[in-house]
Amino acid sequence: MLISQVKSRLSQMDKRQLTEKLGFSGLALAAFITVLPIVLVVVYVFWKGSPALSFEFLTEMPKDGMRAGGIFPAIVGTFWLTLGTAIISVPLGLGAAIYLSEYAPENRWTRTIRIAIINLAGIPSVVYGLFGLGLFVLFLRFGTSILAGSLTLAIMTLPVIISTTEEALRSVPSSFRTVSISLGGTQWQTIRKIVLPQALPGILTGVILGLERAAGETAPILFTVAAFFLPQLPSSIFDASMALPYHLFVISTQVPGMPIEIQYGTAVVLLAFVLTMNIIATIIRSRARARRQW
Amino acid sequence: MNEPKITIKNLSVSYSDGTESLKDINLTIPVNSITVLFGPAGGGKSTLLRTMNRLNDLADVVQLTGEIWIDDENILDPEIDTIALRRKVGIVFARPVVLPMTIQQNLTYGLELAGNKSRAVLNKAVERSLRAAALWEEVHDRLDDPAISLSGGQQQRLCLARVLALEPEIILLDEPTSGLDPISTGKVEATLEALKSKYTIVLVPHSVQQAARVADYAAFFLAGELIEFAPGRQLFITPKDKRTEDYVEGRFG
Repeated sequence: MLISQVKSRLSQMDKRQLTEKLGFSGLALAAFITVLPIVLVVVYVFWKGSPALSFEFLTEMPKDGMRAGGIFPAIVGTFWLTLGTAIISVPLGLGAAIYLSEYAPENRWTRTIRIAIINLAGIPSVVYGLFGLGLFVLFLRFGTSILAGSLTLAIMTLPVIISTTEEALRSVPSSFRTVSISLGGTQWQTIRKIVLPQALPGILTGVILGLERAAGETAPILFTVAAFFLPQLPSSIFDASMALPYHLFVISTQVPGMPIEIQYGTAVVLLAFVLTMNIIATIIRSRARARRQW
Repeated sequence: MNEPKITIKNLSVSYSDGTESLKDINLTIPVNSITVLFGPAGGGKSTLLRTMNRLNDLADVVQLTGEIWIDDENILDPEIDTIALRRKVGIVFARPVVLPMTIQQNLTYGLELAGNKSRAVLNKAVERSLRAAALWEEVHDRLDDPAISLSGGQQQRLCLARVLALEPEIILLDEPTSGLDPISTGKVEATLEALKSKYTIVLVPHSVQQAARVADYAAFFLAGELIEFAPGRQLFITPKDKRTEDYVEGRFG
């Protein structure tokens, strides 16, 4: 009697341990499977594209109907577009986030603003592109230009910047604010001297991630700035420009007889651009975590 | 009884969730002494402290009636300069909150906000306030260390020093020793004793024992009402109200 009890207890333990092991293996597998495609994409693109990579590829104009030469104008275009997007969206986004997190009372109006921001983040990028065409290119007559493209990308990036910044601001303990106010600080002094410096790493991470998305988007620039091919670099913000994502789209679908390594070479450059920003964001975040005093 | 420093008249405070926190409080707090506000949790003591330097402006206070006179000014007047008030009426909280910067920067923070830039003035204030808070000996050779590296008791004395650096007239302390060990608690209490000749100190103690140890004057709060106010010894030895007596002798709370 006693022995059989012990035996059944043992087999129960075995069963539980087995379930535990199976469960963990399943979860580990899920984690592994999610990493696999990312690794494969990066490896595959670099493998296919590396033969095209050279100093000339990065610094020369395309030649021979884009089937040879470099992708310099697309790189320059993406650089200006990202910078333009940052100049417009960072101050606006930070301002909105600071207002929402630090000043705005919690009421129906601010809840509406927050819901609007969340929903803006969900709008498909091609819709932003059409909106930019209607508002900036046609109605405001900016034409197909870096200005129109940057504005469109900025609007698309705003929700990301606002929500990540707001989250970063809210993660600063409210006790710091109370102490600062109690020592005779104004609300703005408190924000400038305590809250913003503490939230800065989180804000930078959000900004970089937002801009990185903007840099890689095709649809919003399709109607607002991107040119199929331009023989010269843009000389003002009212000029159209080539850009990496759109260039990749063009040479992959619109140009017959395109050498495959140029396509993948372009993809590598775009990927490297985006990954570099990502890595910078990660470094900022981890260094800030290590230094954080709360 | 010393000269009055703070005179509270018919003060009632209720929060936006409907809870009434203080009911018709009338209380005169004398200068150059330690006045303790004590009683069970939820009695409105913290609310009263935070009303005295208008920190409650940050909270969801819906209704506030009555007056609090400090010297010749009703500080509940919406027109008053709350920034100047908070410099004059400093507060130390239950949990020591050091700002995420160095020890030195914590001490000069308030002065710099007020526009003091002179290094000499700031350095002098650092030493003076650290000495007053009995912390100078322990930290004078590590002023540029992060404040968070101090022990809990040191952090709390730093918070006190940070308030003292602004040369306030009134110091409010909301259970300043609740998270401290007995030795640190003793140091803070001794510091307060040493400071009271120059300041008006209002303390919410973390126990009846502490209230009895440090009180020059004591006010017993129960459920938002001021039950009894008297010189410390008198209130603890011969309380007039039955409820005060029950609480002091540990029959409830």
